[in-house]
Amino acid sequence: MELSGQRTIDAPREQVWEALLDREVLKECVPGCTEMSGSAEEGFEATVVQKVGPVKATFKGDVRLENVERPDSLTLTGEGKGGAAGFAKGGADCRLSDAEGGKTRLEYEVEAKVGGKLAQLGSRVIDGFAKKMADQFFERFQDRVEGRGKAAATGGAGGMAQESAAPADADAAPTPRKWFWPGRVE
Amino acid sequence: MPKDGGIGTSPKRREDIRFLSGTGRYTDDINLHGQAHAVFVRSDVAHGRLNGIDTEAAAAMPGVIRVFTARDFEGCGGVPCGWQITSRDGSVMQEPKHPILAEGKVRHVGDPIAVVVAETLAQARDAAEAVMPDIEELPAVVDMKAAVAEGSEKVHDDLTSNLCYDWGLVEDNREAVDRAIKDAAHVTTLELVNNRMVANPMEPRVAVGDYAAHSDESTLYTTSQNPHVIRLLMGAFVLNIPEHKLRVVAPDVGGGFGTKIFHYAEEAFCTFAARALKRPVKWTSTRSEAFMSDAHGRDHVTKIELALDAENNFTALRTETYANMGAYLSTFAPSVPTWLHGTLMAGNYKTPLVYVNVKAVFTNTVPVDAYRGAGRPEATYQLERIVDKAARELGVSPIELRRQNFITEFPYQTPVAVEYDTGDYHATMDKLLEITDHAGFEARAEESKRNGKLRGFGIAHYIEACGIAPSNLVGQLGARAGLYESATVRVNATGSLSVMTGSHSHGQGHETTFAQVVAEMIGIDADQIDIVHGDTARTPMGMGTYGSRSIAVGGSAVVRAAEKVINKAKKIAAHLMEASEGDIELKDGQFTVAGTDKSVAWGDVTLAAYVPHNYPLEEIEPGLEETAFYDPANFTYPSGGYGCEVEVDPETGHVEVLGFAAADDFGNVVNPMIVEGQVHGGLAQGIGQALWENCVYDADGQLLSASYMDYAMPRSTDLPMFKVDHSCVTPCTHNPLGVKGCGEAGAIGSPPAVVNAVLDALNRGGHAVDHIDMPLSPARVWAAMEAARANMGAAQPAARAQETAGGRSVGTP
Repeated sequence: MELSGQRTIDAPREQVWEALLDREVLKECVPGCTEMSGSAEEGFEATVVQKVGPVKATFKGDVRLENVERPDSLTLTGEGKGGAAGFAKGGADCRLSDAEGGKTRLEYEVEAKVGGKLAQLGSRVIDGFAKKMADQFFERFQDRVEGRGKAAATGGAGGMAQESAAPADADAAPTPRKWFWPGRVE
Repeated sequence: MPKDGGIGTSPKRREDIRFLSGTGRYTDDINLHGQAHAVFVRSDVAHGRLNGIDTEAAAAMPGVIRVFTARDFEGCGGVPCGWQITSRDGSVMQEPKHPILAEGKVRHVGDPIAVVVAETLAQARDAAEAVMPDIEELPAVVDMKAAVAEGSEKVHDDLTSNLCYDWGLVEDNREAVDRAIKDAAHVTTLELVNNRMVANPMEPRVAVGDYAAHSDESTLYTTSQNPHVIRLLMGAFVLNIPEHKLRVVAPDVGGGFGTKIFHYAEEAFCTFAARALKRPVKWTSTRSEAFMSDAHGRDHVTKIELALDAENNFTALRTETYANMGAYLSTFAPSVPTWLHGTLMAGNYKTPLVYVNVKAVFTNTVPVDAYRGAGRPEATYQLERIVDKAARELGVSPIELRRQNFITEFPYQTPVAVEYDTGDYHATMDKLLEITDHAGFEARAEESKRNGKLRGFGIAHYIEACGIAPSNLVGQLGARAGLYESATVRVNATGSLSVMTGSHSHGQGHETTFAQVVAEMIGIDADQIDIVHGDTARTPMGMGTYGSRSIAVGGSAVVRAAEKVINKAKKIAAHLMEASEGDIELKDGQFTVAGTDKSVAWGDVTLAAYVPHNYPLEEIEPGLEETAFYDPANFTYPSGGYGCEVEVDPETGHVEVLGFAAADDFGNVVNPMIVEGQVHGGLAQGIGQALWENCVYDADGQLLSASYMDYAMPRSTDLPMFKVDHSCVTPCTHNPLGVKGCGEAGAIGSPPAVVNAVLDALNRGGHAVDHIDMPLSPARVWAAMEAARANMGAAQPAARAQETAGGRSVGTP
């Protein structure tokens, strides 16, 4: 699936750019992320706990930064293996440009794919799930950069990610319900 | 004897007592002392290079006995294919190796990569998650037409392309057919998809391997429709175990529908691992595994053209079909789109010229093979859809157009190799119109209209070929097996009988029907007769059950063996009564001498056979046990008319099946109740294919419909009470029972009847839709209606331009 969107962030472009490369920021903003190590140059290793439809899994994988054109654009790509649950991979093309009033416009195009049991059991909910993941990520990212919200308040402490993972789970659950049960005759 | 148990009566199924009381013994009920558990690690990706497998962590986990990979199977063969097709150019089909565990590449989601064997199932499952295959993903080959285009990624690197074969029937007719279509007064053309099915037997596949070191004998318990075929293929081609050291048992089997015909890697694995580990090894498929490892069915994409003259006589038929083989050749896969499909393309019609072209294609999907009907539903669907479309284009009644072109003289040599021995298609059509109350349809349609619904009636008239035979012919067609059936009738001293049949019952009720046949022949109660099947150690070499062959071929073998027994028993009776053998009659379990009041009971004769004190020892041997192998002279040709009445909700596109009727000619019927049940099941599956079931892959080869949340099985509440009739009888002319077979008919004749009914409803409602690909989900029906509205009744590019008809089963579920 593919989706795109944009946000205007109340911060100068350089600051937004730095945040995109910041391990702690990414860790706080990726929904369900419990661990993130590595660096922007070397690539990150991440652990993400997520529930897609009926499949809950711990994904371990890499996040890489590619096509880095400082401070204009970059591509975030990641691939996570969830053991028996299958795999998920995706990418986000991000472009930064100056907006009025010293703000920064962040435009993004996201692509997501799943395989294995996730595709077999969760394909119906993947589009909605991926949109929610992307929305949450960029929402949190905006909050973080603008200095609002829990992410900023706790300054990226270790316990934070766990905390923010919980609402992601809770949020994801109603979506599959809605989609699954009337699926009978399609 | 009184007709409460013989041929033509409906005693209740004897086997149901154990099935309904929970005392059946299925393969998963078999747990052997010291048994270990196997869990397969399967590919998550459709296509990839397997650069290595890290099994170290898994092997060190608690309870793990051993982790197997392809390396363990060096020296073993691959899973063999049982049928070789020759292409139009005379070359034999491309036949890739089908390894037990992936070698070098993974080729479909679900392709087995490694197996963990552990003390408990939970330990094996945990350790399977720790096996780390290193897979470099490759572009997936999913779309059949793209797969055979120049430059496509190849599923098998060592083949020249993804084309398995390019087959034609009959090649000599090709030019004449082309000419006839060019010269026709009218040509109707249709492109359609026969959607991919998952068989979904209630019981998933199970295999238990055992090894007896003292006798060097291996035993495999498996969910199979044909244990001897598995023994032959696995012993001779995969594991190199001689047949006398290999026993295959298929005990109670909870449904097969074709997908349990084939030899599977899991069977070979459990047999192999039991030998390697010197302990029993068991594997039970999960439902998720079944979706991605049981052979799928159908998946054809066809263009069909029907030529008619100015009087609406069919003059020629031409088809071009792409048939999906999946990633490997399953046991009988090559035969399904060819000899089980092309030979039926004449249908019930006297079309003088027919040409069928089939291109079989490898893709990164689960292997595709026979599923209830196997080739014949695909043929029937094409024919019965295009005849309906032609009728609509020509503005004539689809019933009359069929009648006008029906074959009426038998035997009838079709232009596609087969010869129909007998049939009466007008009779089944008449019966169908009677039991559907066709005369009252218009009034019912008016009633629906008043309720804001669109009512439609659809018809299909099918022919099928059952009991594929004779062996020497199928050998010429590429079968690597004979297609006879066997039976041993063993009479015990006290008169009871054990009948060992090579057929296999997995829902068909053989234990009841075969006993009825023997009971009728001898004139004793059926409870004196035990039907033994499903064990290579107890039954003679048999070919098993598929293709609606059991009563026609297996039943005939039972008749032949029972005749031999009766003939010998008559000799003994003649000796006991000091009469001439020619004067002995057997009736109601008594041997009598014609024209006298002398008689001797069945039990006295059988006792004499085993206690031969007063016995013609100089003429015949003691004992009373005979074996027969029956190789039929021809296929049998059941046929029938199916009618479907639907209501479509124009607001939502939802289709409700209001009525479904089947008027079949199965020849003679042994147990009408069981035949009715077989038809019911077939209809449910056929209607399921037409309206709900669909196996969907995405463009990356990910299997999207792999649970009952996304793969919609028909339920009893979705279906009306069927009207089933089999009073039209033209007995088969070449088998001793005059029977034709009934197992697949329902699934063959019903899909086109449903689709024709929906299209009839839409067209009556002013929506000029000429085709919708199955399954006719509300979304598809609604989209087709909307497209027709947009075109204001013009021809329907939009109806076919929807995503479903692009040439494969990729798309939304």
